[in-house]
Amino acid sequence: MTKSWNEIAPKPKKSPLRWFIYIALAAVYIWAFVGIPFGGIKETAGQVTKAIASGLFSPDWDYVYLPDGEDLLRGLLDTLAISILGTLISTIVCFPFAFWSAANMSRSRLTSGSGKILLSLIRTFPEIVMALLFIKAVGPGSFAGVLALGLHSVGMLGKLFADEVEQIDPGPSEALIAAGATRLQILRFAVLPQVLPGFMSYTLYRFEINLRSATILGVIGAGGIGTPLIFALSSRNWDRVGIILLGIIVMITVIDLISGAIRKKLV
Amino acid sequence: MIEIRNVSKTYANGTKGLNHINLTIGQGEFVAIVGLSGAGKSTLLRSMNRLHDITEGEIIIGGKSITAAKGRNLRMIRRDIGMIFQSFNLVKRTSVLRNVLAGRVGYHSTLRTVVGRFPKQDVELAFQALDRVNIAEKAYSRADELSGGQQQRVAIARVLAQEAKIILADEPVASLDPLTTKQVMDDLKRINLESGITTIVNLHFIDLARQYATRIIGLRAGEVVFDGPVSEATDEKFAEIYGRPLGKEELLEEAAV
Amino acid sequence: MNAKLEAEQQGRRSPIRPKAPGKTKHYLTAAFILLLVWGSAVQSDSTLSELVQGFPNMLDLLREMFPPRWTYLDNILEAMLETIRMALVGTTIGALFAIPVALLCAANLIKSRWIYYPVRLLLNLIRTIPDLLLAALFVAIFGIGPLPGIFALSVFSIGLIAKLTYEALEAIDPGPLEAMTAAGANLVQIIVYGVVPQIQAHFASFTLYTFEINVRAAAVLGLVGAGGIGHYYEVTLGFFEYDKTAMIILFTLAVVLIIDYISTKLRERLL
Repeated sequence: MTKSWNEIAPKPKKSPLRWFIYIALAAVYIWAFVGIPFGGIKETAGQVTKAIASGLFSPDWDYVYLPDGEDLLRGLLDTLAISILGTLISTIVCFPFAFWSAANMSRSRLTSGSGKILLSLIRTFPEIVMALLFIKAVGPGSFAGVLALGLHSVGMLGKLFADEVEQIDPGPSEALIAAGATRLQILRFAVLPQVLPGFMSYTLYRFEINLRSATILGVIGAGGIGTPLIFALSSRNWDRVGIILLGIIVMITVIDLISGAIRKKLV
Repeated sequence: MIEIRNVSKTYANGTKGLNHINLTIGQGEFVAIVGLSGAGKSTLLRSMNRLHDITEGEIIIGGKSITAAKGRNLRMIRRDIGMIFQSFNLVKRTSVLRNVLAGRVGYHSTLRTVVGRFPKQDVELAFQALDRVNIAEKAYSRADELSGGQQQRVAIARVLAQEAKIILADEPVASLDPLTTKQVMDDLKRINLESGITTIVNLHFIDLARQYATRIIGLRAGEVVFDGPVSEATDEKFAEIYGRPLGKEELLEEAAV
Repeated sequence: MNAKLEAEQQGRRSPIRPKAPGKTKHYLTAAFILLLVWGSAVQSDSTLSELVQGFPNMLDLLREMFPPRWTYLDNILEAMLETIRMALVGTTIGALFAIPVALLCAANLIKSRWIYYPVRLLLNLIRTIPDLLLAALFVAIFGIGPLPGIFALSVFSIGLIAKLTYEALEAIDPGPLEAMTAAGANLVQIIVYGVVPQIQAHFASFTLYTFEINVRAAAVLGLVGAGGIGHYYEVTLGFFEYDKTAMIILFTLAVVLIIDYISTKLRERLL
């Protein structure tokens, strides 16, 4: 009768490793926070914030369209153009990559494995660094941005494409083999019709991401709206910063809505 | 004519799929292959068009060895053998017509078909094939909008458009209900009679085998244990093939209830 | 014989030929996409010939990058540590703020659409601004250094973690919440005993995932003066020291891959 509950259902012992993890975590955080110079905020910070905020609410509407020279609309159009072309290039490059890295398209794991490793390497290589290198190669301007986005997107898009190829139903391919089709014909009539809608949907998704990336490429001189933004920031033209930010937000929101609607129809 | 000479198949893990099989199937026959699942029905059927490779023996299709064929020659032999699958194997999101046209790819160069355009005669042929299985009005529907029975008829039309001389059907009615089963089997039988296409069907239900086939081959553990006309395939013979008295699950009429 | 006759009769029957669906829509779509691409090429001055002309330059660049200057590691080690610190602190701050935001967005907890719709709208607006742009803004406000970078990463993390978390929140099993409502619990009690146990593993996983992204992002924030290793790209490229640039890229790649690996393993154990 004197049995304690603990004898009936013994409390699970907590692993001593837990404490080790807690201490390690605490050490990492102390290391991280101590190393950050939390002082050194400019005294003007409050003022500048206020100025940017008021810039957002009283934007420089005149900048939207200037008959001659650089204005907001041209900057946004440029940004859009960079992301469209960048997405197009990466989509084309991704086709061979997808079939190379899909496990069900090659006999040996080595083939698909090497493709996947290459894709993840490309993925970790930031587009802005790629843009820096392309600027050195083709000179500053939108084209460097296009190439950077085109190459960087391959990392993610190629993986998504390969996943899509791996998910296909093998039945139609089997039927085509039985009908005496060549490898290319099997690809064309059994594989492609199955993966194409997915490919298009992923391409649009990547286009949405590329548009965001394209807005910052100008910061390093690779074209788009980023360049006037950096100029406006460094010349403390807050009203102009306001209108550019507003323009970016509106453009991205609108494109997201359109692209999202098309993607819903595709799947 | 199909000649299967001393064919064996051993899987990588050592299990024997087929064991010294010798068969000759003549032009225009309607053969039903019966047996328990795992008896080697599917393996035998799929080695005839080399979807599966055999480890021993030789299979001769119309005088040519498919076992030795490679590349273009293999594809040419396959072009003459149509195949129908349990799960239809259609591209679900393309139109019925394009699925049927896919049966024509063996007749054209890769380059020409990759563009996706087929000659007018091919389209006409595809429509005639769809007409023969009474489904031409669905030509532009997406394949996945059709019922299972209709999809299997599209698969039959694909084989017709392929102008195959032999039809291999691997459990063609296993995913269909009794009513559509009858329609699909009727279609196969009619085509067999009309065009004299040699038809070999794997079946689980013995009443279907008796009703439609002219010849029955019984497989057990990868060996032929019965081969003869329907009249000789008595209940006792079937009991031998299945290794036990006939149960309800071997009869479509009973299983349907 | 009989069957053959039947077939002939069938052949004479007027064949059914449904009308082929129109292809105008496809042609229009194709034309629209072509126009879009052509217009983009004109707008961004992109031509194939420019690519061909630039190709030798790219090869030259690659040649100059190899072999990487291994000794440069000493100079950039401290900057890399700062990068990781920034990512860690930024993700943590973002995750903390993301909790209330995510709760406010979840329609199954906050019944009033007058609350969750505006919060979601705000969240979506935050998510339209890329992290590097945020960093450029914060540099203008706070001055050069890692602090604006941390703020940028924090804001970015709030957007991402809150979105993932509120979507997971809306997918939780409503059973326990109902039982607690029936037992007379208030909203805070429901959240602590009904919601948190269901969501904490997901939340931790989302935070780790965001940390992975933030490490990559932090590595380039230096380009706009927001601290970390990114600053060294400008230093080395400006002096045409491409072998040093190559070292930065390789080092970053290695660190990112290692952190990704650890984080992925942790996330697998969490879920």
